Amino acid sequence: MFATVRAKSALLSILLLALFLGGWQIAATPTAGTGPALDPEYAALLGASAQQGKQTPMPTPVEVGVRIAKHLEAPFADRGTNDKGIGIQLAYSLARVLLGFGLAALVAIPLGFLIGMSPLVYGALNPFIQVLRPISPLAWMPLALYTIKDSATSSIFVIFICSIWPMLTNTAFGVAHVRKEWLNVARTLEVNALRTAWRVILPAAAPTIVTGMRISIGIAWLVIVAAEMLVGGTGIGYFVWNEWNNLSISNIITAILVIGLVGMLLDHMLGFATKLVTYQE
Amino acid sequence: MTYVSIEGIAKRFKQPGGGVQTVFENIHFGVAKGEFVCLIGHSGCGKTTILNILAGLDTADDGVLLVGDKEVAGPSLDRAVIFQGHALMPWMTAIENIAFAVSSRWPDWDRAKVRAHCQKYIDLVGLTGAERKRPAMLSGGMKQRVGIARALSIEPKMLLMDEPFSALDALTRGTLQEEVLRLCAATQQTVFMITHDVDEAILLADRIVLMTNGPQAKIAEIVVNTLPRGRTRHDIHKHPHYYAIRNHIVDFLVERSRGFASAIPAGYDPRRPPETSPGTLRAAS
Repeated sequence: MFATVRAKSALLSILLLALFLGGWQIAATPTAGTGPALDPEYAALLGASAQQGKQTPMPTPVEVGVRIAKHLEAPFADRGTNDKGIGIQLAYSLARVLLGFGLAALVAIPLGFLIGMSPLVYGALNPFIQVLRPISPLAWMPLALYTIKDSATSSIFVIFICSIWPMLTNTAFGVAHVRKEWLNVARTLEVNALRTAWRVILPAAAPTIVTGMRISIGIAWLVIVAAEMLVGGTGIGYFVWNEWNNLSISNIITAILVIGLVGMLLDHMLGFATKLVTYQE
Repeated sequence: MTYVSIEGIAKRFKQPGGGVQTVFENIHFGVAKGEFVCLIGHSGCGKTTILNILAGLDTADDGVLLVGDKEVAGPSLDRAVIFQGHALMPWMTAIENIAFAVSSRWPDWDRAKVRAHCQKYIDLVGLTGAERKRPAMLSGGMKQRVGIARALSIEPKMLLMDEPFSALDALTRGTLQEEVLRLCAATQQTVFMITHDVDEAILLADRIVLMTNGPQAKIAEIVVNTLPRGRTRHDIHKHPHYYAIRNHIVDFLVERSRGFASAIPAGYDPRRPPETSPGTLRAAS
């Protein structure tokens, strides 16, 4: 029963994809004879395809497919500042996300522990968290650029600031809600605070903490694209913006697809980590 | 020889509208070395609070807890607790749960020694073969066996049990009661247990402390179980004292636990709650 439902949904997914690609192909296929209606100056701006009588530079799925294949041929080719392979750009973005996310985890998890264990610290820090958390991470960008004076570091800072909150609040919540009886077991065994934190509180709160990390990395991956569009230089976000300036819609679509796939991969990795630390009561 | 004694403890709570609610006060009793004492009373009389104070998990608002002759505060490895809800860590296997306790008791033991010690207690409670299972894979009775093994493994001077069998089905409960009886007798264990099951109290306890209803709960009396040790589930009811003791306690729970406060018997001294032996009384009359 289960297997057949899975097979059916897979079939339906393929069908939906085929329908979408087919619709796109039909919509984007140039219709001959409508060429002259286009203003010649605008056609010049739009590039070669428009001058050939094509209405828009919107590529067909086949064209995008060809472009993806071309990217995959040499993903790490470096042909100068504005012509780096998509693999190199992705590597830049991933490195920034992992660095910013890693630094955020180093701060958020210990701090979350402290907040979760001490009502005093919770009360003292809660107003700041409440105000800082809803700020769009990109709003920090000008301030970061002004103070740090380095665009690459600034984008890492933006990733850091946006991924800290879900980890911080989830860690604090998980630690504060460890079952009282487990803590009582540790107390009756005269286990010291450090060992209790390591052997009881951490494993008890781990599923909540890793869920926070999963939310954080998702947000970080969303934000990196926007941050790199602002900062420029390298990265998948910059690649998208650069290709927009080049008006290469095929490249943009390729990048969008890649961003989605990498985001899914990051999420799956932390989903797997969640499974490892989840316990059944 | 009294191992642990409670002297004049009280627990009070501030009420939302101001004023103070006294759960219990002026509670006195002791547990002798090697003795098995049960505390019986209705829910809400503060039984668990008394056990938590004995365990050092809770503090009394008045009075002291003496162990030997010294006043103590806070938990100790000398007093092991078997929790009502077993309180096993679900991310650890059965043997890891026990090892956590053993390595807390003897931090300088190496891995092999801890393991061998844990295995001994796993075997003792009849869980051989289930060492590597996590609590979620164990039945209620098996979980509580792990809890018992964990408490015994640290070789405590005293065992504290908070209704350890109340969450189990009747068959499992009976088996575990007898095993606890066997283990405690074999090791001359000093035990304090909370229950609301009269038969369980008569089977296990040497003395049964009767507590009145809260608020302002008191110890009405302490029943001496005159059934000799070596009791079993199958034959306690054949002993001539059994029904006298049982009826006395049931009478107390049904009738006197409610009205005790309004009709305190003459000569009642909370510092020395009267000891009664309904078994011998009835036999003599």
